[in-house]
Amino acid sequence: MTRESLLDPTAESTPSERVQLARPVSLDGLTVALLDISKPRGDVFLDRLSEHLERRGAAVRRYRKPTFSKPAPVDLRHEIADQCHVVIEALAD
Amino acid sequence: MGAPRLPVGLVAVVKHDCATCQTVAPVLLELARRTDLTVYCQDDPEFPAGLEVTDDTDLAVSWHHSIETVPTLIAVGSDGERERTVGWSIEQWRRITGLDDLAGDLDIPSQRPGCGSLSVDPDLIDELRVRHSGSTLRARRLDLAEMEDEFEYMHRVGWSDGLPLVPPTESRVLAMLEGTTRSPEELVAVVPPDLVDATVEKVAISAVMAGCRPEHLPWVLTAVEAACNDEFNMHGLLATTMPVGPVIICSGPGTRDIGMDPGVNALGQGNRASLSIGRALQLLVRNLGGGRPGGVDRATHGNPGKISFCFAEHSGPFGSLSSSRSDLDESVDAVTVFAGEGPRCIVDQLSREPESLATSLAENLRMMHHHKLAMAFDAVLVLGPEHLRVFTDAGWDRSRITEELMSRLQLPYDDIVRGASGIAEGIPAGLGLDTLPKFQPGGLMLAHAGGGAGLFSMLIAGWVNGDTGSKPVTRAVQY
Repeated sequence: MTRESLLDPTAESTPSERVQLARPVSLDGLTVALLDISKPRGDVFLDRLSEHLERRGAAVRRYRKPTFSKPAPVDLRHEIADQCHVVIEALAD
Repeated sequence: MGAPRLPVGLVAVVKHDCATCQTVAPVLLELARRTDLTVYCQDDPEFPAGLEVTDDTDLAVSWHHSIETVPTLIAVGSDGERERTVGWSIEQWRRITGLDDLAGDLDIPSQRPGCGSLSVDPDLIDELRVRHSGSTLRARRLDLAEMEDEFEYMHRVGWSDGLPLVPPTESRVLAMLEGTTRSPEELVAVVPPDLVDATVEKVAISAVMAGCRPEHLPWVLTAVEAACNDEFNMHGLLATTMPVGPVIICSGPGTRDIGMDPGVNALGQGNRASLSIGRALQLLVRNLGGGRPGGVDRATHGNPGKISFCFAEHSGPFGSLSSSRSDLDESVDAVTVFAGEGPRCIVDQLSREPESLATSLAENLRMMHHHKLAMAFDAVLVLGPEHLRVFTDAGWDRSRITEELMSRLQLPYDDIVRGASGIAEGIPAGLGLDTLPKFQPGGLMLAHAGGGAGLFSMLIAGWVNGDTGSKPVTRAVQY
């Protein structure tokens, strides 16, 4: 008896591979996005980070996800990509 | 493969291994002489002898033209089938053929019931479904080597939640799809975290793997729709470090029809419908959505209910959780999905007055997650029948019980502020409040399940509630 095939339960997708951008050698003249995911005290960490970055000559822009429990809205991601060169996302827990 | 068209004229479908077909063999010979007759035989291309017979031993014609009984006589016009009769009835055959004297010279009974068609033989139907309908499925086929252990294979490729799976063969998936009227390619939901379109077919594959029967599929489909949306936020529920998963609470008469049991051990092991429906949702999120422990699932501890957590509620005057939080009538089959952790027992074997029991339950509810945290988490309190009776005997209904519990869950702010009792955890200082309720309005939900003996209730603690986290979702089961 021929063995029956199995049906694939997965998404059957092949992840597209993207090469990461090279890290900038210097932050001079670059705009850095700081993304707050709305976890308690994430802002404390980002405030401190912002001070350090500005001292190194970077311009800093602050962004905030509406809630930590959902992915960043696509408009927010687009806004960051449009306005900044580098992004730092503060995770928590 | 498309359905083979029937030739214009008369069509008879017969099988040799059928006494009625043998009885009508001379009638078919007569019809062949007098009309434009095509005979299909299911088991013997030489039967009936003396006729030119079309071989239907692959049962393609029988399958596609829904032959359930042999003989079946069909009148076919240029626009397709016009009418049919099954078995042998001289009256019906004369009417369909238009021959008033058909079989007038034959010494046979005037009627005789037919036999079962091979195309509906229970031993053949799964194989036939694959042969004649399998090509309608779109999922990738995976062929295993002859000697490969399929159970080990499914573990190895990462499909399993840790327990053995039912291999999702075409025949099993097609049989599963018989449980719904929805088409296999219909979109059910977009499944996180990878945001993949879940078709009815993909849900059916998960249902097979989980151990469901076809009659469970509508419940699985509804649970998937209820869980995979922005409101319920299955993505966040998966990604959180808290030990929570989708808890599926089922109600309506259909729960009994599919074998769910709201009685003894309602939240426990041993009930196929409950366990496999809950597991099917989790397997879909795992395999289609790509949500796996250590990947997007970041749970610190998890809980055993993340394999499956699904149960049915008792019916009765207390009503169901689903009907209490929607406009669905009690008689409508429905599911409510709740982002919850494992259940915890609240014991009170001495309270016989509702006030005592309400206070007792409230004191335990206050401890949920942390006795100094409030408002951020919802809960489902599953009242056991013996606890519920204490309330209903006193005339307390669902809303009265909820109000009485909530009134006992106003937490003094000074007791729960950060630092109080020497405990850093708590509510931020400086809010200027006297009290804070443990639960947000609507955040304490009541369900009714469990065996008839035992003065216990079960607390299912929730995850972050509201827009920040997850809201319970109630949906009517779509059949």
